[in-house]
Amino acid sequence: MKTLKRDYFINFSFILPALIIFSLFYIYPFINIFFLSFTGNELSGGTKFVGWENFRQIFTEDKEWWNSVWHAGYITFWALTFQNFLALVLALCVDRAVKTGRIYRVLFFILPILSEIIIGLFWRTLLSPIKGVAAPLNISPVHRLVNMLGLGPFLGTFFSNPLNNPKTALTAVALVHCWKGFGWGFVILLAGLQTIPEELYEAARIDGAGLFQRFFKITLPLLMPVIVLVIILTILGTMQVFALIMALTRGGPAGYTEVPVIRIFNHLTQYKIGYASAEGLVLGLILIIVSFTFMQLSRRVKQT
Amino acid sequence: MDKAKKAFLLTLMHTFLISVAVSCIFPLVWMIMSSFKTYQEFIQIPADINTWRGFLHWFLPHKFNLANYISAWRDGNLGMYFLNSVIYTFLAVSGIVFVSSLAGFAFSRLEFWGRDFIFHLFLAAMMIPIPAGFVPLFVLLTRIHLVNTRLGYILAMINVGLSLSIYLFKTFFDNLPRDLEDAARIDGCSKLRIWWNVAFPLAAPATGVVIIFNALNVWNEFILAVIIFSDKARLPLQAGLMEFAGEHIGNEPLIMAGLTIAALPIIVVYLLMQKHIIKGITAGAMVG
Repeated sequence: MKTLKRDYFINFSFILPALIIFSLFYIYPFINIFFLSFTGNELSGGTKFVGWENFRQIFTEDKEWWNSVWHAGYITFWALTFQNFLALVLALCVDRAVKTGRIYRVLFFILPILSEIIIGLFWRTLLSPIKGVAAPLNISPVHRLVNMLGLGPFLGTFFSNPLNNPKTALTAVALVHCWKGFGWGFVILLAGLQTIPEELYEAARIDGAGLFQRFFKITLPLLMPVIVLVIILTILGTMQVFALIMALTRGGPAGYTEVPVIRIFNHLTQYKIGYASAEGLVLGLILIIVSFTFMQLSRRVKQT
Repeated sequence: MDKAKKAFLLTLMHTFLISVAVSCIFPLVWMIMSSFKTYQEFIQIPADINTWRGFLHWFLPHKFNLANYISAWRDGNLGMYFLNSVIYTFLAVSGIVFVSSLAGFAFSRLEFWGRDFIFHLFLAAMMIPIPAGFVPLFVLLTRIHLVNTRLGYILAMINVGLSLSIYLFKTFFDNLPRDLEDAARIDGCSKLRIWWNVAFPLAAPATGVVIIFNALNVWNEFILAVIIFSDKARLPLQAGLMEFAGEHIGNEPLIMAGLTIAALPIIVVYLLMQKHIIKGITAGAMVG
């Protein structure tokens, strides 16, 4: 049976709606951002070519940009260590040992499905001092709870006004991020754990392998691909965090919690299109380099 | 000896799990309890706060007062934002299901020039991070006069969900036997009828995953909404919540009522369909 030219045309029309939307809203902007990054800061009419000027500014003058990258890196560090470690330990607990595991899976996943705006506004409200009362009652609701539990002497300095204190703001943001995100890593790691066949553990137990031996010789190697996936998605997601911080601090106090996407967003709203595009490309490049390096590293570790 | 060790380990694990679960749930309960309080009730601290009785007296609302909810829904415009979000989510998800099931069907079953190349283009879009994609998107929407329009936002959101959804439909069709479609073809059905009457109904499980994943994505979307809309009356719920919270700083119980309005429907839908939702989200992540 030969395929007619007309058939090819009809077949192609099936992907046409998808292709049109994709070309217009993804491919064209993707190509255009490279051009925009070499232009000045006018929105439309008379886009002025400025060469490498935007990139020169980013790399030599814009200290605040690199501070914002560092802030995102700091939050990512918390997410990679504290959040993912917590997720892994919880997944190991729920996987085989606990019969009520399904309840925990349901509970831990509530936070990841709620929006960053809800979570951010919620913690901003609970971590900011209540303004409508006189001292000593004008402390944040969480601070009240901490005092009530008798933990005031230990945690009081942190919780007195964490989001407005330059020393604690970034850590407070990172902790809220971890609180919202650990359930997501937990669910994916748990799905990975449950693909490991029970017989392997059974055989190891008969051979006399202890709990730790079973973990390091069976669980960890077989779970490695999923762990690598979670780590890469954590890096990509956390380095681009935006809505959560907009809801919590808007980048304040005095830029101490500013992250790259907030800067790009602010520059866009000031119609600094060229500069915002250049910043976006720099961040994209950083992300590609980091995740590529990490993938190469994990591949090399696997081979040895 | 070994048995005692095991029991100890299990108790330790249960304590750990329960305390983490409490740290997830307690703040949400706190939010809901605060939302029923009057402002005076919210700021007061009873003298016997260090006893259980005093704690409960402080934590629970004196009565379940709905005034904050009415005020947030009507005067705080949350009703308007909520309705906007329902419209955007419904239209964007319908668009995604229609467009991506057509394309997924074609990539799996039909032959045309450049098929594999175009499919890989869609896949590549999922892999390459462009953190500032919203900048050129804003430039584009300004040029084609779709900035501050509902249509512009819905089309942009359809595009966001396209790649993953096409991938999910294509892999589903790849694993689906062709017998029924062959029978329909022999009966003289056109390709479009085969897609609509045979293939699409058979793909219901894939459609379910696509709907869940994208509905949650559109509902929780924030950045494109604030960039595209300058008109407050068109904002979806997440962007509306930011407006709402900004307008009512200092009125904590009212803000809590607003947040509960936004969170509770999601939590209820989630609890009803948690099995499918968790499966859908993990499927989405595993692809990436």
